[in-house]
Amino acid sequence: MTSAASTIPHLRFAGVRKSYGGTSAVAGLSLDANAGEIFGLIGPDGAGKTTAMRIACALLLPDAGTVAMLGHDVVTSPQSVKRHVGYMPQRFSLYGDLTVAENIRFFADMYDVPSAQRREQEERLMQFSRLAPFRGRRAAQLSGGMKQKLALSCTLIHTPEVLILDEPTTGVDPLSRQEFWAILKQLAADGHALLVSTPYMDEAELCDRVALMHHGQALAAGTPGEIKAGFTRRLLEITGQDALTALRRLTQKRNELAVSVNRFGDRIHIVYDEDRQRENVLSLLRGLDMSARHVEPDIEDVFVERMEREERTA
Amino acid sequence: MSESSAASDGCAVRATQLTRRFGDFTAVDGVDFAVSTGEVFGFLGANGAGKTTVIRMLCGLLAPSAGEARVAGFSVNRQPDAVKRHIGYMSQKFSLYGDLTVGENLQLYGGVYGLKRHDAEDRGRELLSRLDLEQAADRLPTALPLGFRQRLALGCAVLHRPRILFLDEPTGGVDPVARRKFWDLIYELADGGATVFVTTHYMDEAEYCGRVSIMDRGRIVALDTPDELKKQNGARTMQDVFLKVIRP
Repeated sequence: MTSAASTIPHLRFAGVRKSYGGTSAVAGLSLDANAGEIFGLIGPDGAGKTTAMRIACALLLPDAGTVAMLGHDVVTSPQSVKRHVGYMPQRFSLYGDLTVAENIRFFADMYDVPSAQRREQEERLMQFSRLAPFRGRRAAQLSGGMKQKLALSCTLIHTPEVLILDEPTTGVDPLSRQEFWAILKQLAADGHALLVSTPYMDEAELCDRVALMHHGQALAAGTPGEIKAGFTRRLLEITGQDALTALRRLTQKRNELAVSVNRFGDRIHIVYDEDRQRENVLSLLRGLDMSARHVEPDIEDVFVERMEREERTA
Repeated sequence: MSESSAASDGCAVRATQLTRRFGDFTAVDGVDFAVSTGEVFGFLGANGAGKTTVIRMLCGLLAPSAGEARVAGFSVNRQPDAVKRHIGYMSQKFSLYGDLTVGENLQLYGGVYGLKRHDAEDRGRELLSRLDLEQAADRLPTALPLGFRQRLALGCAVLHRPRILFLDEPTGGVDPVARRKFWDLIYELADGGATVFVTTHYMDEAEYCGRVSIMDRGRIVALDTPDELKKQNGARTMQDVFLKVIRP
């Protein structure tokens, strides 16, 4: 990497907007993803993640704003997109009748990868995806996790600097997910820039930086640690034998107390702002076999806080 | 603790050496478990572990090759139709009718389950209010956010007051506020005496269940409360438990 290149982010969104009819899908998104970094777009269905990714791949034109790939505007120089980007859409089309190796060769041909280079890259991909024992198996016969690894391998055949992966782990079991994320970490360590979307909050922790997406906007952006540090409320966890009674009392009084009450299995989380509210909650639980402790928020707690704040100001 | 209550007659689901073979392949291999009435039971496993086959047997859609299961007091082997009448089922790809309003979808399912017109209307109104869908009653589901559609699908699945509710990855793709709302409804149903059987790939949801089972290659390899499973495996999260009990 030259010093000149390192000052330009691999992928830059600047004020990107896109509407479908009257519905705003992406409402002013700006972010940078650098070499060696996994940037996560975290958010539910309909948050604008896919639209943002399709704009970055020059498959959709933005209404406003720009996306630059290694400094090249994707609208004015679409060829740079093809050369520098590997895009794995949510439903990646593998050819079910072709074997693992044939699928990889097909994508190599689509991207005009010279055959010597293709053979070398194919070996590397087989190694790191651990698909080598299955190279003669037809894609239709692979498990869900293996299909995702093959799709990723096809995306990487032309050695793109930037990888854009749309919900690559949705519907994949936890073991395969862990393996898939280990591969993504390795790709980042090798110097790729990765933009990865996921609806699942726990995957935010695996990214270097994330944007919490809602209604086409980033509610918050930064490292997972920075995002959690931005939680402005306080969190009390209540557990014990009398959880159901406690929950009943708390939900009855939640408006009066001006706190949020959430049940997670046998744990109750209270989100509050002031000492006085905590005292009120604790006095409500007097006589019950319950204990309370302060806990740190996770990404989902922050997401919920920001969504509620957004709705109050809307 | 849970074993003794599960062994009593009050249990909602009991599988005894439940087995299903497809040709030479044993998809479900002598599975034993029991779920008590009012439990929120998490049913986890790797892709291809046999979860869907178990659920299809428990719903009376697929006959066991060996062993038995009783659901809501009926045998899936001998009374599959009675089983179907006493369960509710909601999958991630729920079937709502896009041309019918929210209220009409509920009425339609009332008809499907054989409710009398009056009962269906009363029950529909009750559910609209409980599911916080009143303001959406006259709108088409296709025009509503995913969280609303998910709550409507839940309403359609519980219209006939099933004793057991099967939820197959019910909260996929919804925002965290909608997800918390959905889980509040699940707990409300369970507190009202319904038994809830949930499958999910997402381990934070496993933490929300009273007990959790994990399937691997046709067998149940772990079954207990999330806290106990974490203790037994020296794990901090259910994700760690899963990775410890599943063979790579």
